[in-house]
Order: sequence, then C-alpha cells, then structure tokens
Amino acid sequence: MTNLELQKKAVEIRKGIIEGVHAAKSGHPGGSLSATEVFTYLYFEELNIDPKDPKKADRDRFVLSKGHTAPGLYSALANRGFFPVEDLKTLRHVGSHLQGHPCVTHTPGIDASSGSLGQGISIATGMALSAKLSNESYRVYALLGDGEIQEGQVWEAAMFAGFRKLDNLCVIVDNNNLQIDGPVSEVNSPYPIADKFRAFNFHVIEVADGNDFEQLRAAFDEAKATKGAPTAIVMKTVKGKGISFMENQVGWHGKAPNDEQYEQAMEELKKAGEALCQM
Amino acid sequence: MSDVKIATRDSYGNALVELGKEHDDLFVLDADLAEATKTGTFKKAFPERHIDCGIQECDMVGIAAGMAATGKVPFCSSFAMFAAGRAYEQVRNSVAYPHFNVKIGATHAGISVGEDGASHQCLEDLALMRAIPGMVVLNPADDIEAKAAVRAAYEYEGPVYLRFGRLAVPVINDNAEYKFEIGKGITLKEGTDVTIIATGLEVGESLEAAKMLEADGVNAEVINIHTIKPLDVDLVVKSAAKTGKVVTVEEHSVIGGLGGAVAEALAEHCPTKMLRIGVHDTFGESGPAVELLKKYELDAAGIYKQIKAFL
Repeated sequence: MTNLELQKKAVEIRKGIIEGVHAAKSGHPGGSLSATEVFTYLYFEELNIDPKDPKKADRDRFVLSKGHTAPGLYSALANRGFFPVEDLKTLRHVGSHLQGHPCVTHTPGIDASSGSLGQGISIATGMALSAKLSNESYRVYALLGDGEIQEGQVWEAAMFAGFRKLDNLCVIVDNNNLQIDGPVSEVNSPYPIADKFRAFNFHVIEVADGNDFEQLRAAFDEAKATKGAPTAIVMKTVKGKGISFMENQVGWHGKAPNDEQYEQAMEELKKAGEALCQM
Repeated sequence: MSDVKIATRDSYGNALVELGKEHDDLFVLDADLAEATKTGTFKKAFPERHIDCGIQECDMVGIAAGMAATGKVPFCSSFAMFAAGRAYEQVRNSVAYPHFNVKIGATHAGISVGEDGASHQCLEDLALMRAIPGMVVLNPADDIEAKAAVRAAYEYEGPVYLRFGRLAVPVINDNAEYKFEIGKGITLKEGTDVTIIATGLEVGESLEAAKMLEADGVNAEVINIHTIKPLDVDLVVKSAAKTGKVVTVEEHSVIGGLGGAVAEALAEHCPTKMLRIGVHDTFGESGPAVELLKKYELDAAGIYKQIKAFL
C-alpha cells in the first residue's frame, strides 16, 4: 500500500475506535489513537496474516501488550476483514466477542490474552523463542505503552530476548508520554527509553513521529533486516491523535466521548478522509 | 508399602525425561533452580529442549504461554512459592485465561521444604491455583503417582498445576491395579467409622495413622485425593454418607486447599462432621522436614492424635 492509502485506512480505523468506545460508553481512545498508524501499518503492510485463515501456522504474531488499547486493534482487525466492522459497536457489551481487553478465546486474529500490563512482551518473547526452536520463519511483534514499561516484567523479558538474540522479535514502544496519573516523566520516568533497551542488547530504532507512515516503513524495514538482536522501535506519538480535543489530553486515556463529542469526532474524521481523497 | 523412599520432585524430573523421549514438542523451563526442581536430569538428556530463564518466574510463565500459543508443550518449573505465588497473576492471565497448554511443575511445596523456612514453604498454592477457572490441580502422593501425574498432565490439553515435594517419601502405590486418572480419587483402605481424605505426602502418613486407629478398634476409610481440582465429589460424598465423619489431611493451609474443597462439597451435598488437618493459618519455620511434620502434627502420630480427639 502507498502511504496515502495507509493514511486513508488509518482514518477508517480511527472511526472504528470512536464508534467502539462511544457505543461501549467506556474504553481507551487515547492510546488507541496514538497507535493507530502502527496498527494500520502492521495489519495492512507488515504482517504475514490471512483474515480467512486467522490460525495459519506460519502467520506473523502480534501481541498487544498494552491491551487496554484493544479498540485500536479491534478496528484494525475488522477493517482488515477478520470480522465485520459493525461488530465494533458491540465493544464491551455482554455477549460480545470484543472484550474490554484482548482475549484469544473470544476474538479471531488475537494470539495472546493481554491487558495486565507487562505480560504481553513475555508472551511475545516466548513465541519468538518458539519459532527459533523449531526453525520457523514467522516474526513476532509486541506493542507496549511507555507507562507500561514501568512494569518490572518488561525488563525480565527484555533481558531474556536480548540475551537469546531473538532477532525475529520486534518490540514497539508507543511513547505518547501520558499515563493515567499524568505525564510518564512526572509519574515515574522511564526515560531514556532507547538507552534502556540498548543496555538490554536490543537494536534500537528511534522514530521521531510514530504517526507518520514513511518513518514507520523505514523503521519496520530496518527491524526486519536486523540480525543477531531483537529490535525495539521507540516511537514518539501523540496521545489522542486525530481528534482535536483528545490530542495530548491525559483525560482521554480511558474515557468515552458523549454523543456531542462523538458527533464532533466523527465529523473531524470525515473531513480528514475527504481531505485525503483530494490528494 | 515398600521401604523405598523417593521425593516426588525426583519423580518429576525422571518422568519428564521419559516423556521427552516420546514427545518432541515437550519443553522444560526453569528459573535457575534446575538442580533443585530435578529438571536437571531433563537438561542433561535434552539440552536443546531445556530453557533456563534465570531468576524471573513471571517472565518464565509468560514465555511458556507464548510457546504454548505456538504449539509447544512447556513445563514451567520452580518452587511452589514462586510458581504459584510470585507468578500467580501470570498463571491466571497469560496462561489460564486463554486456556493455554502450559504445565506448572511446582516443587518444594509445603512445610517439608524444611530448613529454608517460612519464606520458601508455600502453604497456599493449592488454594491459589484451585480458584483459577479451568485449572487442573494435581498433588501426587508418591513416586509412582507423581510420574503418572506428569504423564496425565502432558496428555491433558490445557493448564495444569502439579505439586511436588522435596522430602523423600515412601512408595505406597506399588501395586498392579494402580491407575491414575485426573479427577478420580483412590480408596486405599475401606472402613466404616471415619473417612480420612488425604493428599500428597500426607497420604502415606494417613495410612500409618489408620493402622494406629485400627489397633484401637477404629476402622478408618482412607482416600487418596491426588486431584484437588476437579475434585472427585462422588467419591467424597459416598464415603461421608457411609462413615458420617470426615477428616482431611494436607501439608497446606486448612484454608482453601483439600480441606476447603471437601468442606465445600460436603456442605452442599452431604453435610458431615469434619476435621481439617493441615497448617492452621500460620507461617512455617526452619527445621528438618521430619521434625517440622511432627511439630505441626502432620506425621502419622500427630494425625492419629487429632483424629482420636475428633472421634
């Protein structure tokens, strides 16, 4: 896909996020929106996956370690064809296959149950190790929040993956700088993030704008070409990206828009989509 | 009962080697305790299928989840304190919630850890693991049963917690009819006056206690419950209805383990006068294992004494 086509997809995925959290009257739009470009790039460009055969043996694996941003993942999966886009409106409803946090046994295309922070990266590491042990060629990707990396288990997994030289593992840190209680730099600073992963023997790629497809493409290409070490892509993003009143607002970490805010958000996304069609 | 004594942690290591010969998809994970958990024997036999994670039990359980998600059958090994305690939430969320095919091999359970003391004597693991939906919880009594349990755990598709001990215990299941089936208790001695339901190393001690009771004219029924979950409710209820008095014996807190499980079953299906023998809401302490079992009245003499008072 061209960058323009990816941008258009990202608008659709953002619409799905807003639809989901609005219908659920809860959920996490902020971190879903900051990671929308990475969800889009992974599901429409990077991952070897087949929506018609979600369990195919040689598929690449994606683990959403920051599981609370499930609305973003679900919207990407739906737009990619794993299940109907209309399902997004059932998010967090009783009986829905779209649980508040990702679960293997509920949703097609989900390979790990996550949401308790810090655990997804270990599961991804186990998948990457597993591929190495049986000489399989699939790659494993894990998306972490910058607040999430305050969890000690993240560094247990990083130590293991670096030591074992799991070059089929790509860890992505969504550095939107905000967690529930405020800026990560004020709550319990994880900075410098890149240096920490380097110290754990990762190849580190710093992305200045993780909401830019050109930069993401370069980063994922470099990650794939990297041998002998796992890669960490540390990308600066904007929390709430794409919805004017949500951008960089910590209050939108885990809150749903009301009807009026929903209308405004969808209008902004409609205009963004139309603008891309003029290009 | 033979004179041979074997710790079930040794049985665990030996059973893994046997299974490893038969199944290429079996992997063993450790957290720097391979010598103690006796998985070192597997490491020697199949070094390419042994993963030492170092001292990081939470990550180890997550790695096992990822391996299971991609078709391997991982056995995670550590002390019960760390496998069920420290990594509890990883077992719950990373393994059990997606119902991944991970086996948790927990050695050094209970007070019989001995000299290391309370920090390492896990008396809550059966309660913790039993409360997790879909978790199978096995607590074998001797070498024969431990090896059978490891095999049954491999053959079962889904998460299993296996509890093993450090202390060498007598072999009690060395008979031709012995058969291990997950969820099926075994009546080792039939009786009419009281039902003794025991698990793990307390099965052997309870058989000895039953002999002492016999000398006093008390005919005790002895049941081995190797599967704490799913509990063999039918067997428990039938025996309780027959004898009218039930005693549970476990090297675990009386809260939430075998005693808790049996009490729940009987309260619902057959309210029966009950005595729970185990550790009574306290931490353990340092000392030789055999002396600790005596002090906490978890040896045959202590069990006998408590049952006499109960009757």
